[in-house]
Amino acid sequence: MVSQAVRSGKTGEKKYNNPEQSNINQMKRSDVVENREENVCRMKRAPVPENCRTDIVLLGLNHKTAEVELRECLGFSKDEADDALQAFRDSPAIAEVVLLSTCNRVELLMAAHDADQAVATAKAYLSATKHLPVSQFEEALYVHTGDEAVRHIFRVAASLDSMVVGEPQILGQLKDAYYTATLRRTSGVVLNRLLHKTFFVAKRVRTETGIGDRAVSISYAATELGRKIFGTLEEKKVLLIGAGEMAELAVEHLIQHRAGDILVANRTFERGLEMAGRFNGQAVRFEEIPDCLRAVDIIISSTGSPDFILTKDQVRKVMRARKNRPLFFIDIAVPRDIDPAINRIANTYVYDIDDLRDVIEENIEDRNREALRAGRIIDEGVIRFRQWYDSLDVVPTIVALREKLWGIAETEIRKSLGHSLSHLSPEEGQAIRRMTTAMINKMLHDPTIFLKKNGCHSGKTAYLDATRKLFKLDDEEGVLL
Amino acid sequence: MMGFTDLLVIITIIFYFLSTASYFAYLFFQKDYLHRLGIYILGTGFVAHTTLIGTTFMHIGSIPAHNLHQTLSLAGWILAGVFLTFQYRFGLRVLGIFIAPLATFTMIISSRLPITPDRLDESFKSFWLILHVVIIFTGEAAFALACGVGILYLLQEHAIKTKKRGFFFNRLPSLEMLDSTGYACIITGFTMVTIGLLSGFLYARSIWGRFWSWDPKEVWSGIMWLFYAALLHERLVVGWRGRKSAIMSIIGFVVLLFTFLGVNFFLKGHHGDFTQW
Repeated sequence: MVSQAVRSGKTGEKKYNNPEQSNINQMKRSDVVENREENVCRMKRAPVPENCRTDIVLLGLNHKTAEVELRECLGFSKDEADDALQAFRDSPAIAEVVLLSTCNRVELLMAAHDADQAVATAKAYLSATKHLPVSQFEEALYVHTGDEAVRHIFRVAASLDSMVVGEPQILGQLKDAYYTATLRRTSGVVLNRLLHKTFFVAKRVRTETGIGDRAVSISYAATELGRKIFGTLEEKKVLLIGAGEMAELAVEHLIQHRAGDILVANRTFERGLEMAGRFNGQAVRFEEIPDCLRAVDIIISSTGSPDFILTKDQVRKVMRARKNRPLFFIDIAVPRDIDPAINRIANTYVYDIDDLRDVIEENIEDRNREALRAGRIIDEGVIRFRQWYDSLDVVPTIVALREKLWGIAETEIRKSLGHSLSHLSPEEGQAIRRMTTAMINKMLHDPTIFLKKNGCHSGKTAYLDATRKLFKLDDEEGVLL
Repeated sequence: MMGFTDLLVIITIIFYFLSTASYFAYLFFQKDYLHRLGIYILGTGFVAHTTLIGTTFMHIGSIPAHNLHQTLSLAGWILAGVFLTFQYRFGLRVLGIFIAPLATFTMIISSRLPITPDRLDESFKSFWLILHVVIIFTGEAAFALACGVGILYLLQEHAIKTKKRGFFFNRLPSLEMLDSTGYACIITGFTMVTIGLLSGFLYARSIWGRFWSWDPKEVWSGIMWLFYAALLHERLVVGWRGRKSAIMSIIGFVVLLFTFLGVNFFLKGHHGDFTQW
């Protein structure tokens, strides 16, 4: 019923509205308890002054909707983001704003009294500051409001909307964007709560699903396999044969996992020397490769050689000298550098570029399966956030406040009448109840009037939020984040 | 008295069985709490089992290895104890899927075997016999663990070699960890079995007046000892590790099983008492 009441007739998407109501003073406790939802709905359907509405709006573009040129053009540097936040803060159409700008997306998350006006303001700002007519980027923009905006930001934070699903960087970028907004004081009660909920949901997705568990790049896959063979890559010696971006990236990943000495063998010794310097390693001559196999544990090969650099016989001879300690070959070259027959020798493992790609594809499939589970967590988060947002209406807050006080009073009366005041007659017990009712009504009178009168002022949500926090009206498991 | 013993047998079997279920659930769902549950339940079963062994010991006044029922129960108890010790030392969680069912199976078989009337054979009260049996069983339990680790190694190695990762790849630890744990099991097992055999020689000398009598059990124990000695020697000198070591651990356990049970059933000798029905 509540969701029906808050549904906006304009787009069909959920809106977060704060309609004023007029008859709260006439409400009896029995009405509150028995017909709470009905009352809330009735009041929400009542005419609402436009200036009281606060919608959550998300406007943005990402790698799916815009080419890299457009993303580059509309991206914000740190200074530009500061200026933009300042400008939006001064805009009457936008109450709160957080700006997220990464290489793959530019998004504005706003709380606004008028969603259309906020979107128009944002578009105009983008056009003016980026010197680009709106018509040139409008097609790439998406606009989400209400539940859809909340769902979108949850998906972004959980890395479900990323180019590589499950990559962890986006959450850090979103945290930075929120931090900037708090420094510039452009986020308020609504976006503060939404962003905290977003981080909570993202953490749940990461811990409760395996979305980030599997490697989805060649270098990560190589590292993952290395760890499955050696347990730890710490102090494992690496031999890099030849040059190549992917091979270097793999070496860097191994170094990050505390791999030991790095040896570099290149056809041109000078080039090998230069690369070795970059990894703080040691250059060896190409002819020394078979000898190096005695000492190293991981071999990454990426040369342009048309023939195998290492053959099965060469490796077989070395294995005895190594006392069969495992050898892991990562062959990124095409055509291949490492004889695949080496894989048949005990304790040697050869992975070529296709094998690694298979690992990655399998991992991506795993991630996509996990993404389905993540969707369930996100749906739950959206519902919980909506419950909190709906509770920011005047009526639910006052109802919750009354219920809380009544609950406490009822418990205490029952306790007292059962023990210390057990000698009282039923009539006297009723008198105590009447007295308590009168006290609660009088105590609640002023706060109720205050919340009602401040209903359309800009600080309304802050008052309501503060009231809910002061009296701890939100259920930890349910509404509270 | 017997009622209490029966109850302890049932409790032990139930706990070992629940531990097996927890370990298999851990294998499928990979939740830490399932593994912890498996350990705690197995530990509880082990306590019940210890009480059972202790009670029987007190009741008959000697080590409960008079018949197959008691011998299997004793073997299961030591297996669970050795596993818990190794688990504490190496943290190889998934090994529980091998040991917990083995302990359960051993206990179930033991419980189905007839309990022959207790005998008060003075020879069973010798300190050397107690030492011999307990230490030999501890060594054999370590070899059983080595076999389990070897099987897990082969599964993981197959997944990495064939590049078809399948069910076990993410569920099993690294090859290095499996190999080093297997090695530790074999070292422990070999040391224990060596001490156990030596104590057996001393016991034989005290009972039959000679250290070695070419009893089939003695011969097969010698074969088993030589097998593991060769495995260790080759590992240290040539580098028999990984796949070869894993396969040898499994073969070694088959030899051990034959020495433990097969010899007594198929070849006669003075160890037959331990496995009589």
